Amino acid sequence: MDFLIVNEGFPILSTLVFLPLVGALALLAVPNESFARIWTLIITTITAVICLFLYPRFDTPTAKYQFGEHCSWIPSLNINYTLGIDGISLLLVLLTTLIMPICILASWKYIQKRVKEFMICMLIMETSMLGVFMALDFVLFYILWEAMLIPMYLLIAIWGGPRKVYASVKFFLYTLAGSVLLLVAIIALYLHNGTWSIPMMMGQEYSQLFQTLVFLAFFLAFAIKVPMFPFHTWLPAAHVEAPTAGSVILASVLLKMGTYGFLRFCLPITPAATFYFMPAILWLSVAGILYGGFTALAQSDMKKLIAYSSVGHMGFVTLGIFVLNTQGIEGAILQMINHGITTGALFICVGLIYERTHSRELSTASGIGQFMPIYVTFLAFFSLSSLAFPGTNSFIGEFLILVGGFTKNWVVASFAIPGAILAAAYMLRMLQKVVWGSKANPNPDILSDLNFREVLTLAPLLVFVFWIGLRPEPFLDVMHTSVSHLIDQVNQANPEILVAKKLIP
Amino acid sequence: MKLMLFAPELFLLLGSLVLFFITLGENKAGQAKGAAIAIAVVNLILVLATQCQEGNLFYDAYRVDCFSQFFKVIISIGFLVFLLFGRALKGVEDKIKPEYYLFMLLSVMGLVMLMSSVELLTMVVSLELSSFCLYLLVPMRDEHTGERTQMEGAIKYILFGVLATAIMLFGMSYIFGLTNTTYLVDLLPALNKAYGMNQVAVIAGLAMVMIGFLYKLGVFPLHFWVPDVYQGASNETAAFIASVPKIAAVAILIRITTLVAPGDQTMPVLLTVLAVGSMFYGNLLALVQKDIKRMLGFSGIAHAGFIMLGLVTFKTVGFAAAVFYIIGYLVMTLTCFLVICKVSQNGENVLIEDLTGLHKRAPLLALTLGIGMFALAGIPPFAGFMGKFMLLTHAYANDHKILVVLAAINTAIAIYYYLSVVRVTFCSDPEEKPAIQVDVISKVVSVGLLVVIILLGVLPNGLLQSAEKAINTLPGAPFL
Repeated sequence: MDFLIVNEGFPILSTLVFLPLVGALALLAVPNESFARIWTLIITTITAVICLFLYPRFDTPTAKYQFGEHCSWIPSLNINYTLGIDGISLLLVLLTTLIMPICILASWKYIQKRVKEFMICMLIMETSMLGVFMALDFVLFYILWEAMLIPMYLLIAIWGGPRKVYASVKFFLYTLAGSVLLLVAIIALYLHNGTWSIPMMMGQEYSQLFQTLVFLAFFLAFAIKVPMFPFHTWLPAAHVEAPTAGSVILASVLLKMGTYGFLRFCLPITPAATFYFMPAILWLSVAGILYGGFTALAQSDMKKLIAYSSVGHMGFVTLGIFVLNTQGIEGAILQMINHGITTGALFICVGLIYERTHSRELSTASGIGQFMPIYVTFLAFFSLSSLAFPGTNSFIGEFLILVGGFTKNWVVASFAIPGAILAAAYMLRMLQKVVWGSKANPNPDILSDLNFREVLTLAPLLVFVFWIGLRPEPFLDVMHTSVSHLIDQVNQANPEILVAKKLIP
Repeated sequence: MKLMLFAPELFLLLGSLVLFFITLGENKAGQAKGAAIAIAVVNLILVLATQCQEGNLFYDAYRVDCFSQFFKVIISIGFLVFLLFGRALKGVEDKIKPEYYLFMLLSVMGLVMLMSSVELLTMVVSLELSSFCLYLLVPMRDEHTGERTQMEGAIKYILFGVLATAIMLFGMSYIFGLTNTTYLVDLLPALNKAYGMNQVAVIAGLAMVMIGFLYKLGVFPLHFWVPDVYQGASNETAAFIASVPKIAAVAILIRITTLVAPGDQTMPVLLTVLAVGSMFYGNLLALVQKDIKRMLGFSGIAHAGFIMLGLVTFKTVGFAAAVFYIIGYLVMTLTCFLVICKVSQNGENVLIEDLTGLHKRAPLLALTLGIGMFALAGIPPFAGFMGKFMLLTHAYANDHKILVVLAAINTAIAIYYYLSVVRVTFCSDPEEKPAIQVDVISKVVSVGLLVVIILLGVLPNGLLQSAEKAINTLPGAPFL
């Protein structure tokens, strides 16, 4: 267990994982709807506050997994309950816990039917999402990874829009079909190593064929989750039909699980296969960036526009991961957080309009700038962040990714540049229509400006947009050690380094 | 002392005599129900009291040990749960209800005896006692729905069943001819010796013996009765046929599988073919079903295929995983049938679309059905996932890689039809459908089943170890 720094004191990670679940069970006994809202807000806020304590206590100079908890779970199969976080997962855990209270606030008015069930689904979602980022045992990981499908499916299928059945079933089938072979790959890895421990599977000797097959199984599961270009078709459907909170969770956290999977499993466990498939994945990422950008440009539904922009942004993240150098991977992790903040906020913005006009069409939302000045201020900043305007968070992320990309392969990176321009085009097109669009269209009676709760929902996200944009060091510092450790692990199979070692004894 | 070993069976015999006398009177449905539940409770206590005792009875044809008592406990619990939620017996006319309970009890007695039978002819007698009673239960459904599907189901059940028994007896004649014994303890060394001389006859004999039990489990290509019987039998009868006898079938299949000579190449191939055929056939046909019982029938065929994954390993851990899986399947099936029995107003069949808006009409039933369906689909953290996961792990460890991949693909196929039930239950709003009244006992039972489904999925270790311990008492276990 030399990879884990066991936390002897208060089991903080287990508390984070199980507090929402306990909250959900308690909620089962209460029929009152307004109590359910307040209770869930309290539970998620407490979780977020506890989670904040992780940051100052996180030990940056070590690449080991911290706050570790380890105990035997199913001895006959050698399965353990192991939790721990490193520099890669810390920020994602923080993001997840901080976004949850915001989601609850965003659905305060939006969700009017079956409120209690909605809140239970949200709390169970939080448990499984946090567990996925903390689990260091593959079985624990897989259980939480799949268990998450149930509440997410219900979120879309019950509280979704008109085509909710189609969208929810497509989401479930796609994701499940992707992860069944992941299970087979996990079993194969276990039988090779005799342990389910994820860190102990890293850096082992696997044959090239074995690595290739395992990588492909991993890739299918994670690429569908991200979603990468040819596997993305479930995403726009799910985003458009999901309620606001569902969209925010989907964009901010669920998509990150795919890229987290690449970082945590594909790179360190199957490095040789990673190098083998790297060029193809880089080009797929570029295809995703361009495809997402062009499709977003053509949308008239605001939610669809942001959904397709997600495909593009996640393309940047996978590009950063698979250039396999420090800037690329650090940029990718930061961009995962940025995308979570910015796109989550944009979905909330669309939800706010929808609550007022019951439409997401750009044409009906045009020209509301004169009636909702506070709203358009928020919208403008988040849109600028989405197109990676300097001074906002996404600029740092995309800049790092592109630096990494140009160091690795300038051809691929230069194909990604138009993606950034496309992002500016579709975001500014939306902004232009919403803020200054035709004057006559909207009905001023229903367009009241944001109230205090709505400002409270969006303001924390805006703080992070500028915090990361102007001073990203606190966020980058925690990941340096883990990322360089990860790159060392991958480079064990780097063909260039292997050749160099042979030539220079 | 030996009488104590036989106490559960003796008590069941006594109980069936009591029920027999009840059938002689008029309008005794209520009494028969009460008596049956009381008998089931006492039987469970007796079985638990004889847990982990050991001894041979009746010239060593009947053996009580960990293996037999483990399965007897499961069968008794399954029977009791079934009686508790199926008390209404909506699909059976009042005047034949006492007979219904009598045959049901005799069938359980046959299954209980089957668990202890360690001699081929005793096995046949126990199996037939159980089977013939079940054949009778299917046509006992009343005809107020105007359909006579129960007759079609019953005739298919009995004709195919008798045929399977005939093939099994034929196989036994091979075994006896090769080894000159019918005792399982002696069969093991004798068969291994005969295997060296006449491999084909041994494998053919064992395979034919297996057919009798593969039929009970509903494995492809012996599955033809499954959908029709599920659809034709009353909801309660279908719940019983779908769950409890399958436990016994798996137990005996494990017994027979341990007789196969170590290092044999034919039997694994045969079982693999059965597994793949069952999984694909069951899942693909379940996709298009509208009647929920029929759908569960096809899904049962697919699950039987999954069980084969455990048998094909020829290892104690693999068998234990198969046992774990079938116990999980018992719980999940009873859970789903509980909901079907309650949703059905007058004992008619339930279509999937009849479940519309169930979340409003009966929230607990909706939750029960939802978790039951997700568990059957093998989504964590429920029992179905843990069972599937262990079966896949052990099958992979024994180099059945292609089989594991095919099984994994089947999970993805199956999710669609389970999900369609969940969708109708939770995501559609009721159009003027009445609320469903659920009595307190059924509520308690459904919550209990849900807790068991989750516990088996999260903490499987205890049951798994008991299953392993049970299998290790088999005479063939040391050679696995």
